[in-house]
Parts: sequence; C-alpha cells; structure tokens
Amino acid sequence: MTVSKTLPTNYVTQPGEIKSSTGKTLRTDEMIINMGPQHPSTHGVLRLEIVVDGEIVVDVIPHIGYLHRCFEKHSEHMNNYQQVIPYADRMDYLASMNNDWGYALAVERLLKLEVPPRVEYIRVIMAELQRIASHLIALGTYGIDMGAFTPFLWCFRDRERILDLFEMTCGARLLYNYIWVGGVSHDLPPKFVEKAKEFCAYFKPKVKELNDVLTYNKIFIERTANVGVLPADVAINYACSGPMLRGSGVNWDLRRDDPYGVYDKLEWQPQVGKGEMGALGDCWDRYIVRVREMEESVRIIEQALAALPEGNVQAAIPKRIRPDHGEVYVRTESPRGELGFYVISDGSTTPYRVKARSPAFVNLSVLPEISRGCMIADLVAIVGSVDIVLGEVDR
Amino acid sequence: MTPQEIHDNLRAKFGDAVVESKLDAQQPWIRIAADKTNAICTFLRDEPAFQFDFMSCLSGVDYNDGNLGIVYHLYSMTHKHKAVIRVNCPKDNARIQSVHDIWGTANWHEREAFDMYGIQFDGHPDLRRILCPDDYPGFPLRKDFQVPEFYNGMKVPY
Repeated sequence: MTVSKTLPTNYVTQPGEIKSSTGKTLRTDEMIINMGPQHPSTHGVLRLEIVVDGEIVVDVIPHIGYLHRCFEKHSEHMNNYQQVIPYADRMDYLASMNNDWGYALAVERLLKLEVPPRVEYIRVIMAELQRIASHLIALGTYGIDMGAFTPFLWCFRDRERILDLFEMTCGARLLYNYIWVGGVSHDLPPKFVEKAKEFCAYFKPKVKELNDVLTYNKIFIERTANVGVLPADVAINYACSGPMLRGSGVNWDLRRDDPYGVYDKLEWQPQVGKGEMGALGDCWDRYIVRVREMEESVRIIEQALAALPEGNVQAAIPKRIRPDHGEVYVRTESPRGELGFYVISDGSTTPYRVKARSPAFVNLSVLPEISRGCMIADLVAIVGSVDIVLGEVDR
Repeated sequence: MTPQEIHDNLRAKFGDAVVESKLDAQQPWIRIAADKTNAICTFLRDEPAFQFDFMSCLSGVDYNDGNLGIVYHLYSMTHKHKAVIRVNCPKDNARIQSVHDIWGTANWHEREAFDMYGIQFDGHPDLRRILCPDDYPGFPLRKDFQVPEFYNGMKVPY
C-alpha cells in the first residue's frame, strides 16, 4: 500500500528523537494501520487510516460515509416540509430532540412564524433533557475508552430516567418526532412537570458521584490531560463548535450568542475549559465542559419548569406548508455544537434544498490536526473526546 | 457591520467582482465572481473591519438553470456579524477556487460539495469523494441526476 499524501513534518515527537539508553537513535519504518470501521473506540462505523512510526501517529486519514443515508436527497423528495422531521431525527440519534428543533426552527424562520410561548418552554425542557442524555453517553463511553467501566453503567442508569420522561411524553425512547414545525406533537402528559422536577433533584448529586469516580481520578487525568491539545485559533479556523470549541477556552455558545427559544429569559452560564489539569484545550477540558454543561442544563430545566405557561402547543398553520421563495441558514446549539440547517424554498410544498451542517462532521475534520505526533493509545482518547455520532457525520 | 456596509466595502475594493446582491432578503446575500473567490475570501477573513474567521457552512446548490452554486455562511467571532457569499459556476464546466487554505473547515465541506454536485475545487489538496462510495456514478444532488438501474451489478430497488 502506498501513501499518496505528503506527510506532515511538524508533528510533536520527531522520528529519531527516541534514543536508547546508550544514545542510539531508534527508528522504524512508517506503516499504515487501520482502526475501524468496526473498532469499539470509534463509536460507530468510522475508519481511521493511521500512518505510524512505531507507536507514534504520523498522520490520520479519516474515512467516513459508511452510514450515509442520503438525508439531503430524501428531503428534496418529500411532499411536505413536516415529513423531513423523522429523517432529521435519525441524523444524530443520541440527540433527536435537538435535531428536530433545529430543522423546525429553520422552517419557522422561513415562514416568519412565531410559536406559542408554551411550545418555546416545552422545547427548551426537551432539548436540555436531551443534552444531558447525550452528554451522559459521551462521558460514559469516554470512560470505557479509558478503561473505566463503572461510570458507563452509572451514566446509562441515569439516562434511562430521561428516556422514561420522553417515553411518557411521546411514546418513543430514541427517535421522537416530537418537535414539529409550528409546535410539538402532543402537550405534556399530566405529572410530567412533577416527574421532571423529581429527575432534577435525583440527578444533581449524581454529577458529584461521576466526578468522584471518573473526572478527578488520577489514571483518567493522566490519560487525558495534555493529550490532543486544540488551540483556540485552530478550533476557530476549523469551525469547531460546542464543547470542542468551549474546551479550548472560547466563550461561545449559540444559545446565548445567536439566541433562539427562550434561553435569553433564563439564568445560565456557558461553560469553558480553563486548562485546569494541563494545557488549555486538551481532552480533559473537553470532558469537563460536558460535565459542567449537564449541571447548567439542570438549572435551565428547573427554571423552565417553574415558568412553564399554559396555552396551545401548535401554532395555526396549514397541513401543507408553502413558504415563500427564499432561503435561511439557521443554527442551533446541539450537544455537539453548531447544528445548522440551510433551507431553500421555491414556493412549493417540497423543500428545494436542505443542507444539514452537522457539528460532528465538522468537529471530526480537525482530528488529523490534533492527533499528529501522539501515541496510538492517545488517539483513542482524542476520538472519544471529540464525541462524534456517526449517524450525524454521514447523514 | 450591516450587509449593506459589507457590500459597499467589497464593491469599493473589488468593483465588478461583486456580481449581484440581494440585500433586502431575509438573510441578505452577495454573489461574487468565481475567479475572484480566493482574493475576496482572503480579504473577508483578514481585513480588520470584517474578520470573518469562522465559516459556519459551505453548501452546494443546483439552481436548475444551468448553474451550480456554492454558498458560504460566514461569521466573525470578533465582530459578531454574518455574511452570506455566493459563487456560481456553469454546470458543464463546474470549477470554483478552493478556500481550504483560508478556512481549514472548507476542506471537508468542499469534498462533500464535489461528491454531491461534481464541482471541481481548484487548489484543493485532496479532492476525493467523502460520503458516497469512490465508484459511485454521477453526482446525486444534481437536479438532473438519474438513479442508476444497476450499481456494481446489483439492481437498485427503485
């Protein structure tokens, strides 16, 4: 097998730098190995073609597309804007609510439609519950990548409670089709508010338990601190977003900086990495941002539950929506970052073009930049900290 | 900076390279000449008054009038303003300058646009298909794309 790419020369550990105790330079030939498409630490079907010099990663070439399901092509062949929503559900299958909201919001902006206040609050509650559920998976599986099995089980145990709340609301546990253009499919069931408050009270101490068992564990810190450092300027140049960008110390959150929903009426703070355990923007920083975001999400949910107004859960719109000629690009903060939908309307009932800008796709594209010069074992740590969902990378 | 000011600045600097614009649209856009893409995008990123350092999205579009297009959604982390820049190219000779060296994120986005629309990006270091298989015939998101009856000897169900 030959490598057609020019190999980089700026990696951290130069070949020939490693010397034996007698001062002899050790060198091996470069070799290509494949990680994936069915490797447990790639979190799905992702193939990484790795050029290694001994144990040092010289270059990484990600190969994606194994889960490509033609979301954009399908969208152009629906005969109603609402029909795209189940497909949007299946993009990021760990954060379906956020996907639905992103798409619904784009179409609503195209229609210049205001949704009833109750809908806004329900959406915020659902999106934040979903964010916690998604982060729990990210943190739990990251623990597995690093060899810690217990946190994984704890995270899944807590996520079950959130899925129960979703099941109670719309009958589905993973792919909800709950947030529709103009509103949501059902009103909240009786006792939902009570159960959600119960969950918040239950969940708050669990974050501390997770911190005790994983976050401040010495082995975990050794594996993640100073690994895969992503400087802020590179992160911006590669348009990284979400915990990936905030982990690099950039205080930027679409919920605050490009407001939508009712986030501006609620009290919360974006969480940024501070380089507490090592360099700013390392894997540990990206990890801790997710942990702290879960706590912020609980705060948001509690406030939204307290302020939940009464009212309709569907705006009055026709069954077959016909937006005027026009186009919008609307971005929302999904658990992985900036989820954008670029929707063009030609005045008919079918979207002319729907482009999904998925955060995991963009975040993954920076992987070769931050993993050159690391060890193969560290590559696992870096891939885990990017928190990709291959369903969304490939769409 | 408002879209009007961005447009006027570009117009003053590049003249006719600003081909068309619609500043009263819901999200105003500016269309620039395909052969000036690189120069204008570098200017947009580096000019202190603009500083469009964050490329949110790069989308291919088939306008179904013989033209393909690329739409850049730009954002400035410093000034918190947005711009939508469009570039068109004819479908039978789809070539656009690559902006991967201006925004690193464009690398994969351009590969996706190449994969779906068959737009060649001049200067792109690694223009391979990214989502479809390497041997896939045609460019699926073009409006005149016909789903092949057979793919690698297998019948396509519909």
